[in-house]
Amino acid sequence: MQKKKINAKVYSQKEIAPGIYDMYLETDLAGAAVPGQFVCLYPKDKSTLLPRPISICEADKERGLLRLVYRVAGKGTAEFSGYQRGEEAALLGNLGNGFPLEAAKGKKVFLMGGGIGIPPMLELAKRMEAEKQIILGYRDGNTFLKEDLEKYGRVYVATEDGSMGTKGNVLDAVRENVLGADVVFACGPMPMLRAIKQYAARQGIAAYISLEEHMACGVGACLGCVVKTKEKDAHSHVNNARICTDGPVFEAGEVEI
Amino acid sequence: MNTQVTIAGVTFQNPVMTASGTFGSGMEYGEFVDLNKLGAVVTKGVANVPWPGNPTPRVAEVYGGMLNAIGLQNPGIDVFLERDLPFLKQYHTRVIVNVCGKTVEDYIEVTERLREAPVDMLEINVSCPNVKEGAIAFGQKADALFHITSQIKKHAGQPIIMKLSPNVTDISEMARAAEAAGADALSLINTITGMKIDIYKRTFALANKTGGMSGPAIKPVAVRMVYQAAHAVKIPVIGMGGISTAEDAIEFLLAGASAVSVGAANFYNPYVTEEIIEGIEDYMKTCGIEDIQEIIGAVK
Repeated sequence: MQKKKINAKVYSQKEIAPGIYDMYLETDLAGAAVPGQFVCLYPKDKSTLLPRPISICEADKERGLLRLVYRVAGKGTAEFSGYQRGEEAALLGNLGNGFPLEAAKGKKVFLMGGGIGIPPMLELAKRMEAEKQIILGYRDGNTFLKEDLEKYGRVYVATEDGSMGTKGNVLDAVRENVLGADVVFACGPMPMLRAIKQYAARQGIAAYISLEEHMACGVGACLGCVVKTKEKDAHSHVNNARICTDGPVFEAGEVEI
Repeated sequence: MNTQVTIAGVTFQNPVMTASGTFGSGMEYGEFVDLNKLGAVVTKGVANVPWPGNPTPRVAEVYGGMLNAIGLQNPGIDVFLERDLPFLKQYHTRVIVNVCGKTVEDYIEVTERLREAPVDMLEINVSCPNVKEGAIAFGQKADALFHITSQIKKHAGQPIIMKLSPNVTDISEMARAAEAAGADALSLINTITGMKIDIYKRTFALANKTGGMSGPAIKPVAVRMVYQAAHAVKIPVIGMGGISTAEDAIEFLLAGASAVSVGAANFYNPYVTEEIIEGIEDYMKTCGIEDIQEIIGAVK
């Protein structure tokens, strides 16, 4: 489906953990969404012009609902968090490549989400045909989406403060529970993704990681959100892939992070 | 109703262009707007060889605008001629190629490579604030601007537009230097150098520390400079800086711009160029304007 910018009605919104909001939007973009893709949300306050890229948490084709779970990080997301049912939200979608589902088929996989990198794991877990070990990293015991994810696989939790599950990060949970996998799918903060890249290289397995960077256009024109790549990519010819259009999902070995 | 404008002998179906660096080479926005409807596509800067650009973060939001320090990442003239130009030639929109370089020779090399190419005009970028060599170094001193303009003019197969920096003391002096050196037109403003600091992380928002500011917040500065430049020279001026609506575009035309470019607004409204073209037509209808020439420079 072609990318488009639309106004979508807010179907519902609630705070599901401190500063973490869960918003459903009514839009036909839900029908074409692929796990790992994202949308750009635009604040109405004209002093905040740039789009906020937010990952797609769930896409309900039948009901035409797109679920976005996001953290309030500044003025733009603070505005979104105030949207009530029936209000309109401006968004551009669907953007990016998404996770390669075929790479998981019939395999034993890790789905690793750290903090606000957890939401895209939900639609991915729903659609993936594999033996799923879902490993979630939180700051503390204020978990979110844990119950949703438990429907689709065995969930392991790590918390930075040790208040729930393994004390530490997602890889600490892997070690503590003596887990293994054939392939990794991950989204989370850069230090976590760097550690996963190293882990996958040591294990000799593929890791598909979803990256984030400040972006201005979301459609591949501004060249703001690039990541260094191992090989020269076809578009830039200079080892710089665009996270918004060539990603956000990359095989970890392809990118220099 | 006539919306056509002519700049250095090149006729444009309407005065709405895309600002270099905000529209790639048209491919990405072709999904949102009909490229055939635009006055011209002005491409991302093209150098003689591929440029990797700056480290990230390259963009940051500021009040009513943004900062960027992309650093003129581009795939180079070879890829431009093989891939990007053939793409643009599928449309009957005018093509203006933005040319960048580190040395006068770099600019001349790209200019020469484009000599026989099917492009309508060249826009010479002597005003990018985000690269250490070249670019703005040629655009902040009148004698340096005169020199590079006259050198490029000797080699150019198409009319040349010199893109001026707002980061100067006297824009009129710069405009006159470019005109005296043989420029066929001017475009302004490029971005205004700025800086943003994250007070909690105690770091710069951009890896490059400084960046170029664009967006609606810079528009009054741009209108003023376009007015001054247009009154300093006889060659046409293409105005830009914070245009996001038809009203903004008309303001620049009234100030003396023969055409306008839309930049950062593409980022938050991918349909904006077409909307501005329609909005200018509506304004002309509402105000009983038969020919767009009637409003160009109408406010003295």
